[in-house]
Amino acid sequence: MSATKGAAKQRRFNPDRDVEDWRGAYVPYDILKEALVALLVVGVLIAGLAIIFSSPDEHPVTLKSWTANDPVDFAQTAITELDGTSGVATYGPPYNATPGSSQAIGFFSPEKWFGVRHPVNTAQDFVIDPLRTLPNRPALTAVLNRYTSAPSSEQALWTTAYEKAVTKASFAHGALRVPAGRYGPVAPMMSALTSMARSGSLDGALLSSSQFYDTNYTKPLLYLADGTYLANLAGQQHLQGDQWGMMNETGSFPGQAWLWLYTLWYQVPPMNSSPNADLQVWAIMMGLTVLLAFLPFIPGLRSIPRWSRVYRLIWRVHYQDLKSGASI
Amino acid sequence: MSIETGSPGPQADVGPDSRQWTARARKAAVAALPPERLLPDRQPAYMASWIYVFGILTLVSLAWVILTGCVLAIMGPTWWHVSTVGLFVNSLHLWSVEAFFFFMVIHLWGKFFMAAWRGNRRLTWITGVVTFVISVGAAFTGYLSQQNFDSQWISTQAKDGINASGAGALFNVLNFGQMLMWHIVLLPLVVVALTGVHVLMVRRRGIVPPFAVEGEAPSSTPGSSPVESEDGS
Repeated sequence: MSATKGAAKQRRFNPDRDVEDWRGAYVPYDILKEALVALLVVGVLIAGLAIIFSSPDEHPVTLKSWTANDPVDFAQTAITELDGTSGVATYGPPYNATPGSSQAIGFFSPEKWFGVRHPVNTAQDFVIDPLRTLPNRPALTAVLNRYTSAPSSEQALWTTAYEKAVTKASFAHGALRVPAGRYGPVAPMMSALTSMARSGSLDGALLSSSQFYDTNYTKPLLYLADGTYLANLAGQQHLQGDQWGMMNETGSFPGQAWLWLYTLWYQVPPMNSSPNADLQVWAIMMGLTVLLAFLPFIPGLRSIPRWSRVYRLIWRVHYQDLKSGASI
Repeated sequence: MSIETGSPGPQADVGPDSRQWTARARKAAVAALPPERLLPDRQPAYMASWIYVFGILTLVSLAWVILTGCVLAIMGPTWWHVSTVGLFVNSLHLWSVEAFFFFMVIHLWGKFFMAAWRGNRRLTWITGVVTFVISVGAAFTGYLSQQNFDSQWISTQAKDGINASGAGALFNVLNFGQMLMWHIVLLPLVVVALTGVHVLMVRRRGIVPPFAVEGEAPSSTPGSSPVESEDGS
């Protein structure tokens, strides 16, 4: 029922905005009983589903398991972290300030406006600093000092040569084998880093806090995301972007089915090939959400329910009663 | 000897204390939601449809989500990975979330086709939509807090969209601790509060009546809706 307060003024009746007060029949309705019955019914339903289907709990990937299963992929990723060509190294905000990397729609580029908020220097954070945590390794310390004190042009020569060579790398007898070349200190650095990852100590070294407790896994997750190992596992579990990505879940569980519309936009042009796809999809979804929220104010859109006549199905009994003159 | 009963009775609403904030708030609350409207024992005859069940099913699913989430919170985030009982409670939590969204989406579509915003119920519709959107965020942070392969993959994929929107500056989906706090404190608080407001609005305004039959001219009478209230709603 709507109120008529004070100086309320009359206006023309709009069937998509206004209603007539109900002057028909009322029937008994035990709201608390209905709620309790519904609670029990849904409880039985979810208990049944939990017993029959359980819930997925696939073990997480670690840098240790990555290098144990695909050490060459790890080494190929690690060299791109060192030479600054990896996905994270060139990501831009909020991780670093790589020019031209921010997504934008015209002048609208919020990630650029917010800037670098979770700084990541991949060479330092993913390679050099973790290697420096290894104790009692004077030879490695000398190698690291040689690399860090070399001019950037010389560093680039070493890393470029190694990056080409590591595509032909192999792993045997616990060691990474790369064709001979002029890699300077880079080869022993990569070899030491791969061994470190295989031992499991790189996982801990990448946590961003110097405190005992830590819950921020930004750096290890970014490292994992730069390799192809994690993506290959996801592909096997139908979780890739072109497989409707993150709305799915491992196994045959329904996942976040309610994200279907968000995921849909990534499958269609121009978003499926746009470098600004994420921002475009977000803009579309924000626009649609605002439309949905303010739909009662939008002429035309708010008339769809009346035009569709689905309400005739919903209130079928009421309209039958009206026709027969019963009840009201 | 006088006895302090602690119950001032109805005269407080008209006496010198009637200007108290507390007295005025109570008066306004009772006027907006008298007990018979808050807990009705009658409903309009037009509500004879199964579609109305999905509102209460959404509510009780949310109750199961909160209840099972509380058990998981009591036992800590690693419990369900190492305990059979924990895995079962986590499964109850997962399926109650799936049920919650399933029922909520049907409820939303039902209300859309009823044009349930009619008759000064627009704010009820808006709170419902906002609750749905916040619930998506609550479920999403739950997926990020699982500490398993799904969390790793979903977070590393979702970061691009979140970062592109600018939200990534403050809302770091790769930070497990931050996502867990959002999932078990902030977002549930908002969802439960908004749901409460939504339900109270439904109780206050009542359930939207059916569209008038075509050709039947609606009569504009005091108390019906073809009037503009002071707040413009």
